[in-house]
Amino acid sequence: MPSKSYSGQRASWGLKLASVAALLFLHVPILIIFLYTLTPDEQTFTFPLPGITFKWFGVALQRPDLWRALTLSLQVAAVATLAALVLGTLAAAAVYRSNFFGREAISFLLVLPIALPGIVTGIALRTALGTYDISFSYWTIVIGHATFCVVVVYNNVLARFRRMQGSQIEASMDLGANSFQTFRYVVFPNIATALLAGGMLAFALSFDEVIVTTFTAGQQTTLPIWIFSQLSRPRDRPVTNVVAILVVLITFFPIFFAQRLSAQNSDIEGGSK
Amino acid sequence: MTDQSKPAIQFENVSRHFGAVKAVDHADIEIHDGEFFSLLGPSGSGKTTCLRMIAGFDKPTEGRIYLYGQDVSDLPPFERNVNTVFQDYALFPHMNVGDNIAYGLMVKGVSKPERLKRVDEILDLVQLKGYGDRKPSQLSGGQRQRVALARALINHPKVLLLDEPLGALDLKLRQQMQVELKAIQQRVGITFIFVTHDQEEALTMSDRIALFNQGRIEQVGSPSEIYEHPASAFVAGFVGTSNLISGELAKRVSGKMGTFSIRPEKIHLGSVDVNVSPDSYSADGVVRDVIYLGLYTRYLVQLDGGGEVMVIEQNLKTTSMDVLKIKGQRARLHWKKEHTHEVGG
Repeated sequence: MPSKSYSGQRASWGLKLASVAALLFLHVPILIIFLYTLTPDEQTFTFPLPGITFKWFGVALQRPDLWRALTLSLQVAAVATLAALVLGTLAAAAVYRSNFFGREAISFLLVLPIALPGIVTGIALRTALGTYDISFSYWTIVIGHATFCVVVVYNNVLARFRRMQGSQIEASMDLGANSFQTFRYVVFPNIATALLAGGMLAFALSFDEVIVTTFTAGQQTTLPIWIFSQLSRPRDRPVTNVVAILVVLITFFPIFFAQRLSAQNSDIEGGSK
Repeated sequence: MTDQSKPAIQFENVSRHFGAVKAVDHADIEIHDGEFFSLLGPSGSGKTTCLRMIAGFDKPTEGRIYLYGQDVSDLPPFERNVNTVFQDYALFPHMNVGDNIAYGLMVKGVSKPERLKRVDEILDLVQLKGYGDRKPSQLSGGQRQRVALARALINHPKVLLLDEPLGALDLKLRQQMQVELKAIQQRVGITFIFVTHDQEEALTMSDRIALFNQGRIEQVGSPSEIYEHPASAFVAGFVGTSNLISGELAKRVSGKMGTFSIRPEKIHLGSVDVNVSPDSYSADGVVRDVIYLGLYTRYLVQLDGGGEVMVIEQNLKTTSMDVLKIKGQRARLHWKKEHTHEVGG
């Protein structure tokens, strides 16, 4: 094969085609969902659409069960994210700043929940909750979600700590700042964007989580579970589609901004040395 | 609590062990008020550990450290009135130069107008007037160095600690900063403690030097004392270059057993028929190599009794053609007895 230089060269048409195909494969199904929120036919997927209507948006807005599920999901995501921000940052700071016995093991155990299949985490949590006779509630859902939200924040913040230039923390203490002032004026500004990015990612993860939630929720229904239960009701299909689009929008923006922030920050850090 | 008549820093039998490694081993140092004091030694010799213990980043395993008579051994860094210029400068990248410099004042609650006034004064001192609004990333290495210095000095520390601050600069800038640092120190009158592994730097700037080797202090003294009267073979070898002669050779040359050091520039190279005055020692040998270096020439002479010595002579009247002719010839080396220093067994 003739060798080509990749920099500054235009991609071959084969590569372009493959990219376009991959993007279509990923995103066409979402477009289809959007398309079928507009159908007047509530039972089958017919194409082309028999007509166009926006009435399902109205119908969806008037469903109290939908609103309850949405509120619950937003609350759970917010609380789980908050817990993850605090715990993840503390854990990252401990692993970065001090050297103690079992540090590598703790680091590994912290990251494990994200690699573990959700079903394992779910069963484990359910068993644990059962053993200690803890009844399922809003808080058990939050705890379930926090297991993987902490990882996301931890990873982001630890990576940022490791990229922090030089002995800034020591310099701050040397100049007379106590631990709190050092965190407030030096550590926090350094990790702020990592916290934002990690937090948004955690929020998005929690917001659309199904598997762990099925094991840790009692009677409560989060939005993804509500959607899941709707699948068996063909009559409500367009309403479900409207909700799916809502979920896409709610998760799209955090992820979009999280990515923008990470990219921006690596530019800044690359430029300063 | 602190007493100006007491030494600026006093180490009382200080040790710092990391497991089995004795980074600092039974160190006693006394650093006077207003002194430019260097901690000199190869890497891993304990000089930086000493500095970190003065700053409060590290605590002695044993012994006490006093700052103007006050025992600071167990105080955290933010409760001792010393400041550090870090090797990597450790400037805060998210703050501009002015905020970096004002940081120490800000955390102590000094008012904003007062801060701005003092930042302006100190920027003037380090010749960075008008740079207050720049970010550290927009500065050159030498400028960052000055900002780090200003950020420490603005707090009027009792003692300023400098951890190899010139290590990252190129040679020209380094020599310029050496002169400037010394001038600043004399102007502000603060005690400077300067860590370096560069013996020339230490000799250029210091009032006194403590020479470290493997966690122990080999010698404390002024640059001239250390250079001219090295206390040990290690000192003689680390500061400048030195010829060590020992054993039979030493006995034959000086009539005594022991190890002696002679600086290469103190030795004169003459022809074998030269008469040596009674106040000098002499030894004959063959010039094995001649290295012409412009300002001076370095000769390696193989002595008849074994052993090799280095001789440095300035090229005051000689040219490269003259000196290169000497290679391979026999020569007589002679030097004043007073330039021969016994450096122990």
